[in-house]
Amino acid sequence: MLHVNGVDHLVCVEARRSLADTLRQDCGLTGTHVGCEHGVCGSCTVIVDGVAVRACLMFAVQAQGLPIRTVEGLACGDILHPLQEAFIAHHGLQCGFCTPGFLMLAAAALEQDAWLDDAAILDLVSSNLCRCTGYQTILAAVKAAAIVMREEA
Amino acid sequence: MKPSSFTHHEVGSIDEAVAALARFSAEGGRILAGGQSLVPMMAFRLAQPTHLIDINRIPGLDRPRLEAGELVIPACVRHAGFHQQVIPGPLGDMLATVVRHIAHVPIRNRGTFCGSIAHADPSAEWPVVLVALDGVVVARGVAGTREIPAAAFFQGIMTTALAEHEMLTEIRLPNAAAGQRYGFCEHARRAGDYAQAIALAGWRISEGVIRQARLAIGGVEPTPRRLPAVEALLDGHAPNDALFSEVADAVAHCVTPMEDPQVSASLRRDLLRATTRRALQRACA
Amino acid sequence: MTTWVGRSIRRFEDPALVRGQGRFTADLPAARWVRFVRSPVASGLVERITPPAGSVCITHADLVGVRPIKPMLDRFDYVPIEQPLLAKACVRYVGDLVAAVLGTTAADAEDIADQVLLDITALQPVMDTPSALAEDAPVVHAGMSDNIVVRAQMCTPGHAQAWAAADRIIDCDIRSHRQSGQPIEARAAHAAWDSSGRVTLTCTAQMPHLMRTAIADLLDMPEADLRVVAPDVGGGFGQKMSLAPEYALVVWLARKFRTSIAWVEDRRENLMASFHSRDLAISVQGAFDAQARLVALSGDVLANVGAYAPYPNTAAVEPLMSFAELPGPYAVAEYACLARGVVTNTCASAPYRGVSRPALTLAMERLMDKAARSFGLLPEEIRRRNLVQQFPHTSPTGLIYDTASYRETMELALRVADLTRFRQRQVTARVEKRYLGVGIATFCERTGYGSPAFAARGMGVTPGWETVQLAMDPSGFVEARIGASPHGQGLRTTLAQIIADAVGIVPERVRIIHGDTDRTPYGWGTFASRSLVISGGACLIAAQQLHTRLCRVASIMLEAAEADIELRDGIARVAGTDRTIAIADIARASYHGAHRFAESPGLQETASYDPLGTFSNATHIAFVDVDVETCAVRIERFIVAEDAGRLINPMIVDGQIRGGVAQGIANALYEEIVYDEHGDILTTTLADFLMPTAHEIPPLEIHHLETLSDASIIGAKGLGEGGTIGAPAAVLNAINDALQPFGAELDAMPATPLRIHDALRAART
Repeated sequence: MLHVNGVDHLVCVEARRSLADTLRQDCGLTGTHVGCEHGVCGSCTVIVDGVAVRACLMFAVQAQGLPIRTVEGLACGDILHPLQEAFIAHHGLQCGFCTPGFLMLAAAALEQDAWLDDAAILDLVSSNLCRCTGYQTILAAVKAAAIVMREEA
Repeated sequence: MKPSSFTHHEVGSIDEAVAALARFSAEGGRILAGGQSLVPMMAFRLAQPTHLIDINRIPGLDRPRLEAGELVIPACVRHAGFHQQVIPGPLGDMLATVVRHIAHVPIRNRGTFCGSIAHADPSAEWPVVLVALDGVVVARGVAGTREIPAAAFFQGIMTTALAEHEMLTEIRLPNAAAGQRYGFCEHARRAGDYAQAIALAGWRISEGVIRQARLAIGGVEPTPRRLPAVEALLDGHAPNDALFSEVADAVAHCVTPMEDPQVSASLRRDLLRATTRRALQRACA
Repeated sequence: MTTWVGRSIRRFEDPALVRGQGRFTADLPAARWVRFVRSPVASGLVERITPPAGSVCITHADLVGVRPIKPMLDRFDYVPIEQPLLAKACVRYVGDLVAAVLGTTAADAEDIADQVLLDITALQPVMDTPSALAEDAPVVHAGMSDNIVVRAQMCTPGHAQAWAAADRIIDCDIRSHRQSGQPIEARAAHAAWDSSGRVTLTCTAQMPHLMRTAIADLLDMPEADLRVVAPDVGGGFGQKMSLAPEYALVVWLARKFRTSIAWVEDRRENLMASFHSRDLAISVQGAFDAQARLVALSGDVLANVGAYAPYPNTAAVEPLMSFAELPGPYAVAEYACLARGVVTNTCASAPYRGVSRPALTLAMERLMDKAARSFGLLPEEIRRRNLVQQFPHTSPTGLIYDTASYRETMELALRVADLTRFRQRQVTARVEKRYLGVGIATFCERTGYGSPAFAARGMGVTPGWETVQLAMDPSGFVEARIGASPHGQGLRTTLAQIIADAVGIVPERVRIIHGDTDRTPYGWGTFASRSLVISGGACLIAAQQLHTRLCRVASIMLEAAEADIELRDGIARVAGTDRTIAIADIARASYHGAHRFAESPGLQETASYDPLGTFSNATHIAFVDVDVETCAVRIERFIVAEDAGRLINPMIVDGQIRGGVAQGIANALYEEIVYDEHGDILTTTLADFLMPTAHEIPPLEIHHLETLSDASIIGAKGLGEGGTIGAPAAVLNAINDALQPFGAELDAMPATPLRIHDALRAART
């Protein structure tokens, strides 16, 4: 049983099936992307038990019963998460393939501490790879979202 | 890049883990802790374990504790656990500095201290800490528990004194008294990359001079090590840049650097010289 | 009237993408998964392929009637080479396709592939151009007399005389080591057979229409039986432009097994066997007069093009582009060049953002810096004396440079940079053993070129034009069906801005349809910084036609003269009056009351655009801090002054520049595909192929000039590649500036710590 975005998914997979592949192919949640399958690019980043992890380096069997959050659960109905808004406003995406990973990476960090300083945000954003943007607009988006999240908190 | 098949065993205690390891290690069973090094190797099928003994849900292994003057780090303490001081004082500060060099946030959220030690990658950070502090590795097999001193633990690239059927259950690091100083420096191509040279220095200053100097290096040779002969150059001297340059030169001369397509032996030697000097300077900061 | 062009409106692409509702090829479920068995050796004869019992394993022998990929170039100096979809008798690089196996999951297919036994007799490979050109070198393709696939040579009539009269000759030999575009989404293909016999190929493609033609040709099937869909594509950078043999095989398998077949390339495969790029050595010699003016230029270009030729551009694309564009933004009249493409036992080389221009710009910009030192001039001064300033300018290879601002753009960058202050700081820093450097790169970027430019290359397939089918539906919304195939460039937004202004509606009422051969007119896709200029131009023409038609209908409905009708914000108005009608009402009437108007019913317009091409231009200035102990380079500051004509959406323009510069910095400092002498590829993980993270890419300071040129009807010039073209030269010039006190020089990219270390050591001895 995988508990994803508040919904239970009963799936039966091989032990070797990664959490990323399981979310995509067995739960139908294709917003989580697979870019390198060896933990470097971060496109598959999801939140498990409150922290951002590489879903390609975790087997689905290990995530049983733990709360999992993916990009599909980030918005609240029609209302986008402040990070999603900020990525659009600051042109933090081009092809959009790496975007779900960056969003979940930043969501986990900012929900824990919306007061991260610029150095910590740089450190955080350097966790994932983007090939289109050159990162500066992603940094700007995360900083802008942090301000909104501080006000909301 | 999908791992080959294996059987997943979730164990609830160290005893169960050790029993499972005893049963499956000969046919390719391995411990799965954070998996941040093992799983990529499985994705490339460089590792094809047939059984994974998953220790992530064993209760009580995820928190370090202070015990009889030692910091005890059980098998499932994540790297991220060191972002904040695990104990007040210089050791907690130093560990919080070092952890910032380990890969990236999501990797630190899963990867474990003990896993890094057991994996014994020559370019990893925690093994340097372990040898610098003369920590102890606690290993348990069916025959019982043994303690392996850091200096005897690392035997080669990804090769350790652990027997196939033994599980690394915890690491013990001697706590540092107030006044202890550390300086850490690492060189990597990009932030978060495998280190190409690591230096960790530690000492106390008494009456203006260095006492009990420790200097360990990593990322340069197949295993990390302390350099007692070079430490002797520091002991009894007042810290200053000229001394540090002399020591850095001595370090650079006493190693046999590894080579790879990115780093020649000569460059690695220079990297080590620079990281050593900077680590020494940081120990004064 | 421009209400929308020039504004940084939010992208229409984004809401779905940030919600994880993008639709990428690998998202599709499939009945069977294919795994390709690839050659473990660089050169060898395939003796036997033994699949595990009970498995489905397709080899060359099964592909009866399937043609090899054979891109053609109509030049006497080009030798066409063939690539069978699966190895016929020999393998030619590590990663070459040998067999295809099917499984129920990707993991299952990989298990089967691992059990396929290959009996290959290894042969001595040729890995680099010197060994491929050696007298006794084995030939990579049997039947060729040597390993040279293209050999272009020219010399202007006055070259020798200018050379002899020159004040001095400056030499510069640069090396661009092998690169890979590395989109974060690796390649993927999904072919679904339906009971009508038709196959839908969904794939990561930049040129869906040409993929359809090419695959139908290879498999000898009616083109109508194949639909190619490029859904959301996770970056391309050229790697998804050329025909992947894997795609054709996936279609073949879907037809053979009458089912759906998926292939999702893994990162290791992508690094090993997707197209590489830019493995170039360029020697330039500049003959300068006493005033440091470049009077004659000689070039020798040697390109290691790998084992096969990419379709449609052929293996000549890198050497011939270098040959044609080497003089860059400089007004040199006399030119001689020899450019050769050499096949080796490495992965095929294909266009990657900038193609060979990052390398040739490096060659010219290093040449200018070396010449400046020789003449005792500042780098900016020698450029002032040599940049083209009269337009149009005809280059010695016959390229026509349209109106631009080479000099003004550089001066803009220099004003921002304040080099006088920097050079003072540089001197002070050296006292503290800190080595700072500044580097300038000026270049022009040939963009938006239509079929005449491709025809001039002699390409068997001549891309260039674009067609747009524009329809306003009865509700007043516009659908534009385009042949371009964007994958991150934001074309759904920028084209909507152009159409909105030309029609007089808001961009939210414009939908851009792309990436589906069933729904779009034939077109060439997205590459070569062309889509906005050419597809945008076609959109503008079609939208203007629609505007005219709406005005005509409105004039009847409003009983006014056609010339008095104004369309704006969705309203048609008789100028100077309050007599209005909603454009949506005109649309409705055009369909449902067509009898009232002397028009063909409905509101459909089609237009094509096929321009000669234009040149945007830019200056990059990089400031670096070189740690001479660790040989690490930190970029302190990076300035871009760019003139790409009219900015349609400045936010998107800056995004293209930022992304391009990031890849340029990656080329300059970090990324490199490395083979060993046995032909093994050493960079098959992202821990070895070092893509920069946010830590490595500095903030950019971007400044624009907007010189309008009649070479582009929308006024915009392309700029998709410029960032990548200029950044390496700026960074390398800056590193060399920093290393001046040591007398060390480095003319190879990437400028890795190892290369800097070696350069410093060489200077010491």
